[in-house]
Amino acid sequence: MLQPEQASGYAAQFAAALLTPDGATPVAVTAPGAKAAGRRFDVYRNNVTVSLIESLIAIYPAVQRITGPDFFRAMARAHVRETPPTSPLLFDYGRDFPCFIGRYEHAEAMPFLPDVARIERAWLDAYHAADAVPLDGAALAAVPPERLPGLRFAAHPAARIVRSDFAAATIFSANRSDAPVPRIDGSVPEDALITRPAFDVAVRHLPPGGAVFATLLITQHPLGAAAEAAFEAAPDFDLATNIAGLIEAGAFTDIGFEDS
Amino acid sequence: MRNDAPPAPCPTLPLRFPPPLGGVAGTCFKPSHLTAILAGAPQRGFFEVHAENYMGAGGPPHHQLEAIRRDHPLSIHGVCMSIGGPQPLDREHLARFRKLVARYQPSLVSEHLAWSTHDTTFFNDLLPLPYTAATLARVCDHIDEVQSAIRRPILLENPSTYVAFHESTMSETDFIRAIVRRTGCGLLLDVNNVFVSAINHGFSPQDYLADFPLAAVGEIHLAGHAVQADDEGEPLLIDSHDGPVAYDVWALFANVIARNGPVPTLIEWDSNIPDWPVLQAEAAAAQTILDDHAPDCSQEVRDAAA
Repeated sequence: MLQPEQASGYAAQFAAALLTPDGATPVAVTAPGAKAAGRRFDVYRNNVTVSLIESLIAIYPAVQRITGPDFFRAMARAHVRETPPTSPLLFDYGRDFPCFIGRYEHAEAMPFLPDVARIERAWLDAYHAADAVPLDGAALAAVPPERLPGLRFAAHPAARIVRSDFAAATIFSANRSDAPVPRIDGSVPEDALITRPAFDVAVRHLPPGGAVFATLLITQHPLGAAAEAAFEAAPDFDLATNIAGLIEAGAFTDIGFEDS
Repeated sequence: MRNDAPPAPCPTLPLRFPPPLGGVAGTCFKPSHLTAILAGAPQRGFFEVHAENYMGAGGPPHHQLEAIRRDHPLSIHGVCMSIGGPQPLDREHLARFRKLVARYQPSLVSEHLAWSTHDTTFFNDLLPLPYTAATLARVCDHIDEVQSAIRRPILLENPSTYVAFHESTMSETDFIRAIVRRTGCGLLLDVNNVFVSAINHGFSPQDYLADFPLAAVGEIHLAGHAVQADDEGEPLLIDSHDGPVAYDVWALFANVIARNGPVPTLIEWDSNIPDWPVLQAEAAAAQTILDDHAPDCSQEVRDAAA
């Protein structure tokens, strides 16, 4: 809770006015010779809003490429005013931006956009995640077959999954570089696996049933239960390919049993 | 299984600080320059980073900073501690700052006479404060807290400002002098900030510097600024860090060095970032001025031989 002085002093006056473009200039401020201070205070308003918009551009470059810079800045400005950051770590900002895009009426024609944003947010989380050595595939080969259903996996700190009803992973990949964007059928559902085994973040498409399977393994469910749920979600689920793919992507750091 | 591995040991805090840098010019470190820096010949300069950019758990940022720190002195420049705000410091943020200083053992550690967080909102700007007995007491408490946490003094940077406060009862230089006396902190003199504030508030930058406690200065910042207009159409300088250092700022800098001797000097360039050789050349210009005023070694050698 703020003390009364904190709720009415210089910082409170600034805080109330910085993100409201039409608000009055704080009465606490002045300019030399008692000149008007409106345009001077606007420098702070502008610094705050523009720097926060730029922090969203840095986190969501593919979304900006898809919408174009003017559209993005207007959308980001609305989000910054509604949900300013609560942490000084700006690489943590914008977690609510994908949901905001989903509610932003001018973005209605791009229903895939919130999921592309979710992949970009997961990409940055993977980039800053703790370093860890990925699981060596040989460790799995040493597990006796009868013990495999009870096997559990420790997730790599960078591993993330984003599921989409749209081709969000393909759209993401095509818009993270300056290369020309090919024609994409946006209506194909895609699930993305985001990992960072060493220093490069990788985004892969998961095969049918793969997202259910990987999500359960990452949340420490045993292999048997995860495989069962995956078969239920996708009858053509391929267990061997999926597990090899997850290990190769660096989604895990270790294996073990609940009783060990 | 190993999912309850023991927590990573907290790196030990420095018992000795790295040796003083002396009159060396440095540059801000930008990841886009890393390849060029590592490919170049070993250089004298130091690098400065914004602390908050290296507060993630792992990944490329730490990898890059370790590569820089291996061969160069480092300066850690905090931008978000909100020392000038009315509310208590963010303890979590202070703990992160402490951990970063312990991990990289920088030659210089600095923060701002400004605030950036109020209530729960982080504004991502260096916002101004009135200079009164009450704000002085609070700023000193906050600096004490930071210095106790990292177990070494910080350098506090003078701000660039666009507005003044009706309630201020002290000049900025008196306020800063009192902070130094009460907390034992050093100062980071940003000469561009002095020039920007002087134009914006109509005072003489030479008078400000004559009144500034130069003996406490442990680092200097130089940067570019932009020119806009205030409500009356008069020039309003913006501390934009987006171009070369202005001629007037170079002149003020040379004057400070001539009076006070060489101190580590940083070129800040944070947007419209140029290629590495351009930034390097700007630092070389600062180094020339520093070297012109270096203590006369030949005299010392003669004294030692006598």
